[in-house]
Amino acid sequence: MLTYLLRRLILVLPVAFGVSVICFLLVQIAPGDPLTAIMPVDATAEEQSAMRAAYGLDKPLPVQYAIWIGNLVQGDMGKSIATGRPVAAEVFGAVQNSLLLAVSAAVIAFPIGIFLGFLAGYFRDIWIDRAVTAVSIAGVSVPNYWLGIVLVIIFSVNLGWLPSMGAGPGGSSEWQWNWLHMRHLILPAVTLAVVPIGIVARTVRALAGDILTQDFVQALYAKGMSRADVLRHVARNAAATALSVMGLQLGYLLGGSILIETVFNWPGSGFLLSNAIFQRDLPLLQGTILVLALFFVAMNLIVDVAQAAIDPRIQRT
Amino acid sequence: MALMETTPDTLSAEPVPAAKPQGYWAGVAARLVRDPLTMLCAGMILALILAAIFAPWLGLADPYKGSMIARLKPLGTEGHPLGTDEQGRDMLARLIYGGRLTLFIGLMPVVTAFFLGSALGIVAGYVGGLTNTVIMRTVDVFFAFPSVLLAIAISGALGAGIVNSLVSLTIVFIPPITRVAEAVTSGVRALDYIDAARATGASAWTVIRVHVIGNVLSPIFVYATSLTSVCMILAAGLSFLGIGVRPPEPEWGLMLNTLRSAIYVNPWLSALPGVMIFVTSLCLNLLSDGLRSAMNVRD
Amino acid sequence: MSAIDYAPSPDTGGPAQPLLIVRDLQKYFPVRGGILGRAQGRVQAVDGVNFEVKKGETLGIVGESGCGKSTTAKLLIGLTEKDRGEIIFDGKALGRELPLKDLRRGVQMVFQDSYATLNPRLTILDSVAFGARVQGLPNPESLARSMMDRVGLDPDRFAHRYPHELSGGQRQRVNIARALAMSPRLVVLDEAVSALDKSVEAQVLNLLSDLREEFGLTYIFISHDLNVVRYISDRILVMYLGEVVEVAPVDAIWERQAHPYTRSLFSAMPSMDPDNRTEEPPLAGDPPNPINPPAGCRFHTRCRHASGVCKTTVPTLAGLPLNAAHRVACHLHDATSGHPEAGQGVPA
Repeated sequence: MLTYLLRRLILVLPVAFGVSVICFLLVQIAPGDPLTAIMPVDATAEEQSAMRAAYGLDKPLPVQYAIWIGNLVQGDMGKSIATGRPVAAEVFGAVQNSLLLAVSAAVIAFPIGIFLGFLAGYFRDIWIDRAVTAVSIAGVSVPNYWLGIVLVIIFSVNLGWLPSMGAGPGGSSEWQWNWLHMRHLILPAVTLAVVPIGIVARTVRALAGDILTQDFVQALYAKGMSRADVLRHVARNAAATALSVMGLQLGYLLGGSILIETVFNWPGSGFLLSNAIFQRDLPLLQGTILVLALFFVAMNLIVDVAQAAIDPRIQRT
Repeated sequence: MALMETTPDTLSAEPVPAAKPQGYWAGVAARLVRDPLTMLCAGMILALILAAIFAPWLGLADPYKGSMIARLKPLGTEGHPLGTDEQGRDMLARLIYGGRLTLFIGLMPVVTAFFLGSALGIVAGYVGGLTNTVIMRTVDVFFAFPSVLLAIAISGALGAGIVNSLVSLTIVFIPPITRVAEAVTSGVRALDYIDAARATGASAWTVIRVHVIGNVLSPIFVYATSLTSVCMILAAGLSFLGIGVRPPEPEWGLMLNTLRSAIYVNPWLSALPGVMIFVTSLCLNLLSDGLRSAMNVRD
Repeated sequence: MSAIDYAPSPDTGGPAQPLLIVRDLQKYFPVRGGILGRAQGRVQAVDGVNFEVKKGETLGIVGESGCGKSTTAKLLIGLTEKDRGEIIFDGKALGRELPLKDLRRGVQMVFQDSYATLNPRLTILDSVAFGARVQGLPNPESLARSMMDRVGLDPDRFAHRYPHELSGGQRQRVNIARALAMSPRLVVLDEAVSALDKSVEAQVLNLLSDLREEFGLTYIFISHDLNVVRYISDRILVMYLGEVVEVAPVDAIWERQAHPYTRSLFSAMPSMDPDNRTEEPPLAGDPPNPINPPAGCRFHTRCRHASGVCKTTVPTLAGLPLNAAHRVACHLHDATSGHPEAGQGVPA
């Protein structure tokens, strides 16, 4: 197990390096001069090159990358062009809000998805199965930013039960654990939960269905095992795979919430990202994407290790 | 598996000396025709595409021409069966014309990524060794980004525009297709008929062309079709965020965005473009599932 | 009999020169693992194998699964690259006088029938004609058709069929036709009849015998089934853990198995003849791990005659005093080896 853990940790390093290269290149592929936004319109050629030198933009790309990554490991991700605040502070504040949203969505989605999937897998090929399959296909097909709008129309516009925007009353972005704030969480979390419900239900259905038809389940019945015991065996066998799917979904929820955050004006990383895009705030864009991607890499790592801990067969591959 | 029972009787009645046995694709077609749900979805997609292509000849209103006095008319308005948008443009016309860009940006990246990703994956899987390591480790890096994030990151950096959207979505879908192509090809590579073909002295390219491609393309193709729905949703999502198609072009994601201002005035009208995205994406998913079973591809 | 344009590469060394000489052939496969995925050990699949195949003869290769039979076959047709050693085909050493492409004209292989031996997307005709097309032979299609006819498959009925429409025996005839369409001089048959029903197996064996005569072929026949090997082979070579332990004319080895391992193999074989049963107990347990084969004689861990010398010294392959063509690698047969039972032969 320790060998596996170490090997897996070492394998993460080249991926993390690749991720940082891609994030670095994002700024390079952006059209126009990264300094346009802050450069005075009437700057002379000398002033321009002086500014370029001040930001290190006159050096060759690999050197620029080395400087950037050097600052990065010290926690310095540069300053936001729009606000002048350190990118790191902006990103981590926003990521907390995104994480809250993602975890809430996961808390809604996973139990429902597992329940539906198990139901469908157990009652295979009768109406229950068909209904669950239809729900899960609809779940993975729905554009969730549109679903968010529909929910707003129903619950905010028509019924007036829940707020449609922000993370707290009066546009507050400081989260508090009280009903006034939690009301704001419900609609975005439910919207975000729909896709993972579909995916988890589909996965669990396939797992439960496959395992129940396998020979060893027949053998367990033949050995005189009770229905409940057989179910417990089935659940443990499926756990490793289901866990990995859910871990990845949590990662997707965090990285994929940008559209939902835009719909609900949720002050998270996605909202920050879309602001960065429209203000051409490239350091902020770069920093946000780097943090989200590294979080996703870490999530993958945790999932792999946890999966290997549950199912030792995986360690051998 | 009754593969052979589907040959039409008319074939054997023809004066062909030897009965023409059925190849793989004839069997796939026969199975597809007997799957009503898949056929329905294929028909819907086809209808949307045809309507988008032939929109100018359908007698629709001008999708760009607005009217200050006819803004946000509800569904069922005289002359505007689906109402009008926030600038008074006919919704029906804009939804049908909107299929042009939405479907193009939603499908084209997967088509391009299918060719590029298959090529990369087949080479990696067949050649193996260092080539494989270089290609697949690069792919791993892209897998570190959730697809939504990667698409938004690249599009956000490049800026809005149709070409930029196509580029960023193609980059998003190459790695997953490469990964599947590599896995399938490595599997086929280990089979005896590949060894037998190599033992004839055939070049790697000949073996790939004759013996590998035909056996790996259908699983890769089925996988690629399963990505079209995601790509549609993402493409419209980019426009919804304002980093895809620019106004005033009709595009479903962009329309959804601009109509958000109308949710208090005429809520159901503002949800219409999303219905189009939803229905299209649902049909694409069901079509992909149908193809998967017709082509006997297992996950 | 339809005339088949069988055009093998010309004989260069005359009948006395062996068609194939294998010298010190070695292939290790790395086993990866550990933290960095480095090679942690090597499976010694084929380790220092020497043998010859005379023109027109059939050499049977037997041994348990995992003994290196199939790796040897793949090395011989250049599907796997050898680490060391020489493959000399009709006097020309592979890689020096003989390019790989020419070797592939001269040596073909028939695989064990399984669904994977034929490309499921190609018609039978295309599969059989593929090699001829690749080699740029004239009229690959008519060649393929006449070869199909020769192996007993009516080309009009089978040419445009797909592999899944054929029975196992028919597929194996296709495999044979495919190999012969290249006009090889040596055919390596790797478990070529093992997956077939007994009645079909007999038909295919007879076909192979006929073809050998008609086209002047030389066979290397790999199988785990001793009875089949006896039927078709002139000589038998026994492998254990990547090494040759015994090689002898078929009658000689049938009469007397010199190596204790060969003896165990034969005793495990069901025999109809009560007089022909050996008293040797069949082998117990699995073969040792080929990553770390035992030192000395590799068989000593399972051999009931093992003594001290067997654990330290590797026996060499040498002819028996009474019959130099019967070669065995065992200290029991080497009077100078220091084995306590040496020189007495294997006790009956």
